[in-house]
Parts: sequence; C-alpha cells; structure tokens
Amino acid sequence: MKVLIPIKRVIDANVKVRVRGDGSGVETQNVKMAMNPFCEIAVEEAVRLKEAGLAEELIVISCGVTQCQETLRTGLAMGADRGILVETDAELEPLAVAKLLKAVVDKESPDLIILGKQSVDGDNNQTGQMLAALLGWPQGTFISKIEIKDSGSAITREVDGGLEMLEIKLPAVVTVDLRLNEPRYASLPNIMKAKKKPIETISPDALGVDVAPRVEILEVTEPPSRQAGIKVESVGELVDKLRNEAKVI
Amino acid sequence: MDSVYFSEEHRMLGDQLRRFVDEEVRPNGESWEAAGRIPRAVLARMGELGFLGMRYPERYGGTALDTLASVVLAEELGRSGFGGFAITVLVHTDMASPHLARYGSPEQLERYLPQVIRGEAITAIGVTEPDAGSDVAALRTSAERSGNRGWVLNGAKTFITNGAQADLYFIAARTDPEAKGARGLSIFIVEKGAAGFTVARTLDKMGWRASDTAELVFEDCFVSSENLLGEESHGFYQIMDNFQNERTVMGAMAMGEAQRAIEITLDYVKTRKAFGGPLWDKQAIRNRLAMLAAKVEAGRQLVYHAAWLDAQGRDCVREVSMVKAYCGELVNEVMYACQQFHGGMGYMRESAIERMARDARIHSIGGGATEVMLEEVAKRLGH
Repeated sequence: MKVLIPIKRVIDANVKVRVRGDGSGVETQNVKMAMNPFCEIAVEEAVRLKEAGLAEELIVISCGVTQCQETLRTGLAMGADRGILVETDAELEPLAVAKLLKAVVDKESPDLIILGKQSVDGDNNQTGQMLAALLGWPQGTFISKIEIKDSGSAITREVDGGLEMLEIKLPAVVTVDLRLNEPRYASLPNIMKAKKKPIETISPDALGVDVAPRVEILEVTEPPSRQAGIKVESVGELVDKLRNEAKVI
Repeated sequence: MDSVYFSEEHRMLGDQLRRFVDEEVRPNGESWEAAGRIPRAVLARMGELGFLGMRYPERYGGTALDTLASVVLAEELGRSGFGGFAITVLVHTDMASPHLARYGSPEQLERYLPQVIRGEAITAIGVTEPDAGSDVAALRTSAERSGNRGWVLNGAKTFITNGAQADLYFIAARTDPEAKGARGLSIFIVEKGAAGFTVARTLDKMGWRASDTAELVFEDCFVSSENLLGEESHGFYQIMDNFQNERTVMGAMAMGEAQRAIEITLDYVKTRKAFGGPLWDKQAIRNRLAMLAAKVEAGRQLVYHAAWLDAQGRDCVREVSMVKAYCGELVNEVMYACQQFHGGMGYMRESAIERMARDARIHSIGGGATEVMLEEVAKRLGH
C-alpha cells in the first residue's frame, strides 16, 4: 500500500502570533516555523502503518515556499520515504491545495491519503474534504483510530455525541484528530538519514493548476483584549445585568 | 538559531531538543532538583534519540557531527532553565567522554563508546583536586607502576560532576613524579566500583542542585595497563585539548540560560502591574532588557564563531577564552537584572529566576575562571 501524507509548514505552535502592522495578515517574518501539529500526527500514523507491515511506501508532500523543504525533511526524519514539494510563493487557499494534491494523486495513485484535520494557522478544516470530493473518494474525517483490513478499513471518528465507528473502502482520504497518536521524535541518526532521501520539486504550472486566490482578505485584526470582570451583590442583580446589559437572557 | 553557521540538520536537531526540553525536562526539573540527580531513564532516552553521540563515529552509534552540534545541544539544554540537568548531560557528552573518543585505543572505543553513546554508561572527568583547580599542572594524585600489569592510584579529586553516579571515570594522575608541572600527567579509565576507589561524599552546592558533584578518593586503586587512556605522560595536553570544546559548550549553555531568563522576565514584566501600569511600560526596565538582549545576541554569535573555528580545525584559543570570560560574566549580569525585575517574587524559591540566578553563578568560576580566561586572552592580544 502506498500512502500520501500532505503536510503544512505553519508558525510554530509555541510562538505568540502577532498581526502585521498594516493589518494585511499575520507576521511571519523572522518567526519560527514548524510542521502543523495535526500533520505530525498524520505522519506518525503512516509510519506506524509501515512499521506494522501494512504500508510499503510513504510520501510526504507540501505545497508552498522553498522552506517547506525543511518541513518535508522533518517528515522524512520521522520515517517517510520520499518527499514532493509543490513550490510556489502564492498564498494558497484550501481549494488550491486540494487541486494541487489531486493532480499529484493522479500521478502517484496512492491507496490512502492521511492529512491533519486542519492546520493551526488558518483553522480552515477544508483541504481533506475538498480533496476527497475532487477525487470522488470516500472520506473519514477527525479520526481517532484506523485499522486497515482487506475487506474494508475501520475508522473511529470523534463527533459531538461521542465516537462513530465506520467502515471505509480504499482508496480513501482520512483526516486525523489529536487523540490518534503521539508523534515520535526525529532521532538524530534519522535526521541524518533524511538528508539522503529524495525530495522532488514541481510547480503548480506543471500540474496545470491555477492557484489564484478566490477570497480577498480585507483586514486582519487582533482579537479584543479581555475586559476585567465585575462582582455582583445578588442573584437579582446578576439576572438584571444578563437581561438588560449583556442581553443574553 | 537562525545563523549563517547552521545547516538544516542543526536546526532540526534544535527543534527536537526544544521539544524534549518542553516535554521531558521542564515538567520534571523541580523534582530532579529535589532529588539531587537526573533519573537514568532520562539519559537513556536521550541516548536513544541520538543526543549523546552526536560527535562520535557512526560505527559506534554516533552521527559524526562537529562542534556546532554541541553548541546547539548546550544552548537548548541551557534554555531549559535547569542548569543542573544541562550540566549532567554536557559533562557526559562534551567534557568527559571526548577524552575517550579522542584518545581511546580501538579496544577501548569498542568496549566503552557504544554504551556511552546510548547513555547506559555515564561519564565523569576527574582533574580538579582539593589543592589544584584551573592550575592543572599542580595535580598531586599519583599513579605508580605495579609491575607490567598496571598502575596503582592514590589521591583525591573534588568537585567532580556526575561524580556519584557515573559508570566511567577518566582520572588524571601523575605517572612521573620526577617530571615538573605539566609533564608527567596521564589519564586513566576507572570503572565504577573498582577496588580502592570510593565516592567520599556528595557535595552540597549553591546551584546545579539536580547535578551530583562528588569528592572521589583513590587508595591503592589498581588500574590495569589497558586502561591507560592515551599516551603516558601526555595527560596534560589531552586535558588542554578538550578545554576549547568544554569552554565553548559552557558559553553556549550560559547563553541559553540568559535567553530563557529574558524570556520569562518579559512575560513577568508585561503582566505585573505597578503604579498604574505594567512594569513593561517603564523605560528603565525595557531599555535594560533590550540592552541585555543585544549583549546576549552578541555572545551567541561569538560562541557560534568560536565553534565554527574549532570545527574548521583552526586555532581558537583566543576566541574560546573570550567566550568563556564574556558569557560567564554576562549570564550573571542578565540573572541579576532579571531577578531584580521580578521584585520580591524573584527572591522566592518557587520562582524559576531564583533557581536560575543560583545556577548561573558557577559560569564565571567553573571550567576556567574568568580571571584565568582573561589571562589567556591577554596573552594573545596584539597579534
């Protein structure tokens, strides 16, 4: 089985994100970047499938700027076999990424695509679903468990009411949730081995995909800072404030 | 970590170390401080991840990287804010085991290095004695020949980091009592539990509480001929050889600690309010923090440059001595200011800055005191 794992380079989750002075977006200059945490979980799951003898080849793929190679290299150090960089300086929206991935899937024909359910920068939660739709493949989103079987693979999804168990036919797209696994460290010997693994670079043009944005960002602002709370004297006062000031009851 | 000196693998190594510090060190550091030692499982885990054999040949399980990798390790471990943890690891990787790796015979390497790299055998270096510290030539511990079979060690060592829990000790002793000063010293591999070798006591220190520091005593301790490390009577030069690496690493560790102190102090002064606003609004505080951040950045770049010279095989004694003097003093200047900006809270044992200020004090003393380092620099000025 061949597994494709799309991964994204995002601002490191430990960095305090700031809005650019001109309100055009979030500051990414001189900010530490890292692999999206959900993508790490996706890579980890794929590596476990390979270790269990259920997958033969793991391909990590990333779409974006040259430096995404570093993110791919981390995926390779965790255990993926090769990488693909779809290189572009354009701001990529989920639909553009899904189209790029579809074009690569058409060439590579993987049996399973594992993605993070969302990335911690845009929190869009769209790419996996759009990719499944473009491919016409079944999709299993927010999974916390996956079992690969010949007859049909079993997945467990985290839904509002609890856990939902489903069977899914391969080829399929799955997106992973936090509780699926705990990603491993890339050990230093594996970091050194990753240097020798191949990364192929292709352009959106070569894939015949138009990545022009469909959404225009007008302004990005910081969330309002939290106001200090107040103490009320009685339940009556509380109800009054909720009704007449907060207007929530 | 963005610097012209580092390659992609250095940055990836730094990322993994930072995660290790976040997940394994910071949540447990306090309990290690209280226990006075680092659990062996933590060191073994670091071995598993390849952090303890970065400089050593691949055939023994290492990854054959250079001085810059040690700098990444030291800076990230320093950034943990637990100096006692950092030094336990760094003595093993960069101060003790390099003696084995550089001067070990093929048999000695085969026998010991793989366990050292896996973190199963922890190492310590025994040079300092009650009457001789930075003045290595004044060592008195003696090694007398015992027929053809080996040597008999007598004497005492003190302030030995990892002294109580190491498995392998590299002990400097005088093999030629006639030779003056620097000549006549040799290094021996002594295993834990060797007859005649005892750990006299564990020392109670101002800082680095999680690191065990001990006094070692050798009373007619027999060491076989195979355990002479390197050449007889070349011990002094072997010790001097590793000083450059050791001091570079101490400098990197100090700059990691200083960065961490500035980071937590920034957090503190931005939330702590006094006289109607956060402390951060006071220019006296922000200016001083900004200047300290600039000095620390300068210190880091000097560390990287010295490490690069060393990695290139160029002479770096002047630059490394500058690193040791400058960073050792600077980290104390940073801690003093950061503790000051924490106000009364900074004097409480429960605040991280209190521990970090205690931990930093050793940086201007250990591994070459500032005064000794400045003499090394002075000798090399003007040419």
